[in-house]
Amino acid sequence: MALLEVKDLRTSFYTRDGIVRAVDGVSFSLDKGETLGIVGESGSGKSVTCYSLMRLIPEPPGRIDGGTAMFDGQDLLTMSQKELRKIRGKRISMIFQDPMTSLNPFLRISTQLIEALRLHYDVDKKTAINKAIAALEEVGIPEAAKRVHNYPHEFSGGMRQRVMIAMALITEPDLLIADEPTTALDVTVQAQIMDIIKKRQEDLGTAVILITHDLGVVAGTCDKVNVMYGGRMMESGTAEQVFYEAKHPYTRSLQKTIPSLQTKGEELYTIPGLPPDVSKPIHGCAFYPRCPYPKTGKPEGDRPSLVEMADGHCYADCGFCDSSAPIETVLAKNDSPDEVEQAGAAE
Amino acid sequence: MAKFITLRFLQGILVLLGIYAVTFFLVAATPGSPFSSERAIQPEILAQIEAFYGYDKPTSERFIVSLGNILHGDFGPSAVYANRSVTDIIAESFPVSLKLGSISLAIALLLGIPAGILAAVKKNTWLDYVPMSTAMAGICLPTFVMGPLLALVFGLIFAVLPVAGWFGPEFVVLPSATLGLYYAAYFARLTRGGMLEMLNQDWVRTARAKGVPERTIVWKHCLKGGLIPAITFLGPALAGIISGSFVVETIFQVPGLGQWFVKGALNRDDFLILGLTVLFASLIVLMNLLVDIAQVALNPRLKYD
Repeated sequence: MALLEVKDLRTSFYTRDGIVRAVDGVSFSLDKGETLGIVGESGSGKSVTCYSLMRLIPEPPGRIDGGTAMFDGQDLLTMSQKELRKIRGKRISMIFQDPMTSLNPFLRISTQLIEALRLHYDVDKKTAINKAIAALEEVGIPEAAKRVHNYPHEFSGGMRQRVMIAMALITEPDLLIADEPTTALDVTVQAQIMDIIKKRQEDLGTAVILITHDLGVVAGTCDKVNVMYGGRMMESGTAEQVFYEAKHPYTRSLQKTIPSLQTKGEELYTIPGLPPDVSKPIHGCAFYPRCPYPKTGKPEGDRPSLVEMADGHCYADCGFCDSSAPIETVLAKNDSPDEVEQAGAAE
Repeated sequence: MAKFITLRFLQGILVLLGIYAVTFFLVAATPGSPFSSERAIQPEILAQIEAFYGYDKPTSERFIVSLGNILHGDFGPSAVYANRSVTDIIAESFPVSLKLGSISLAIALLLGIPAGILAAVKKNTWLDYVPMSTAMAGICLPTFVMGPLLALVFGLIFAVLPVAGWFGPEFVVLPSATLGLYYAAYFARLTRGGMLEMLNQDWVRTARAKGVPERTIVWKHCLKGGLIPAITFLGPALAGIISGSFVVETIFQVPGLGQWFVKGALNRDDFLILGLTVLFASLIVLMNLLVDIAQVALNPRLKYD
């Protein structure tokens, strides 16, 4: 049985300007010890998906409209707050994007590190502190025994994210959700933080959901990948499938944006246009207005759902474009002046 | 920490010296003297009186002498009330004002801060709307309206509390309620704002993700930071309660220091004015020092040197 089985998760925000369907029918599953990457642009619903699983969506205006998220046989979306608190921090932990604001500046690191431990397990303070020091050493914080009693402002950004990782893993959870753990850090620190997450995951056998918009990180870390766009999944499969046999035009466009895969001296590729406004109904494929492939029809009807192929690789085929050619050929063909204008007008 | 306190203490003394000098020279520059009255006094007698109180010497010399006296704890005689020193007057009235002030402050804190916390935690429910609209009304009503209103309701209509005088515990209720409720309203609004800011922080989400119960989030994670605006207001609030007590003491006929401030100014009782100014200024400086210390204690990010 899978550790986490999410089916048809739907989360909306009921704002004054309308209903924003941030997550609109997302399904995936995750086994013990596995790493799942969720990639997509800002606003694609990847963070809201994970906050919904932890029921950390601010309500109101947010609301989980439907779906199930079975974690070890229990539905995270319908369980009581009391049951939920027994899972949060004990069996599922979370690391957040901005380490500068995710630690409480009024409390010592030690207090925050041992909090989950003391809440969920019957340990005395001294044992807990010793565990906290060990946890800090595991994530590479020097002089841990001394620094454990410092306040967050006495640490740098990278060090704080290490503290966050130590804090999330101190209870040895079954699942770690990392919401863009490296986005707010500078490039030299990013790789270190990813290495630490990977190392700790191997030590503890924790399953990881990694939310990111950095495809490079996904390629090096994840077993499985979900590609999200406009609140839905566009493509999912193993990391190899999504990277080497990408089917969906969006996934292929995303790959084109990875700077290190581009020819030196060439202008960096960006997908033209903006992500869709999910507060308005979307007909057909959400990516259609930005899709570089030759169009074969007008988008209509419901948004296409994921279709599974024989090898487990899924993608949402809209049927309104001809995606047979590799993206390089398509982009090169589009690169004539009148075609660029057309792409601009499509927005 | 010791360095920070010493520094602030020395600053406070400088402030007090400044206040004393300004008050002294302002009073000295005011036309008239404590000894002028409607009845003509023979010049020889006036000269004798002036010599007795030291007014025959130049202002600068009087300043040095009186400063020396005050540093020794001697506020001088009253220039108007024979045989009474300023110290006597303070010793007699200050305990009354202190009692009124501290009970008012206690009412303000004990009512305002819990109301603010409750309103923030139960945001946008009737537990937020009811106390907060009451607080808004409380802020809008000045004490000279609130005082007579309370006197009217509890003193005359229900006739359960005395409206004037200072003879027992029941006489404390209306004046301290008048003063305290006004500041309770301020504290409630400040605490609500401070707590709401804390409850919206990212690290509250972190705490929730760790499985921390809401109650612990409020008390352990948010209270320290949420109280900072209220603590900051404590200094000005004390100043307000002291000056507000002039009005309230007059409304309810409380024999506190407020009446002496007014009498001193009207009678040109120079020594009394100076003595009371120094007393009130010291209280406010001391309170602000305590507030500074409390802030450093609450907020680890503040550096104290």
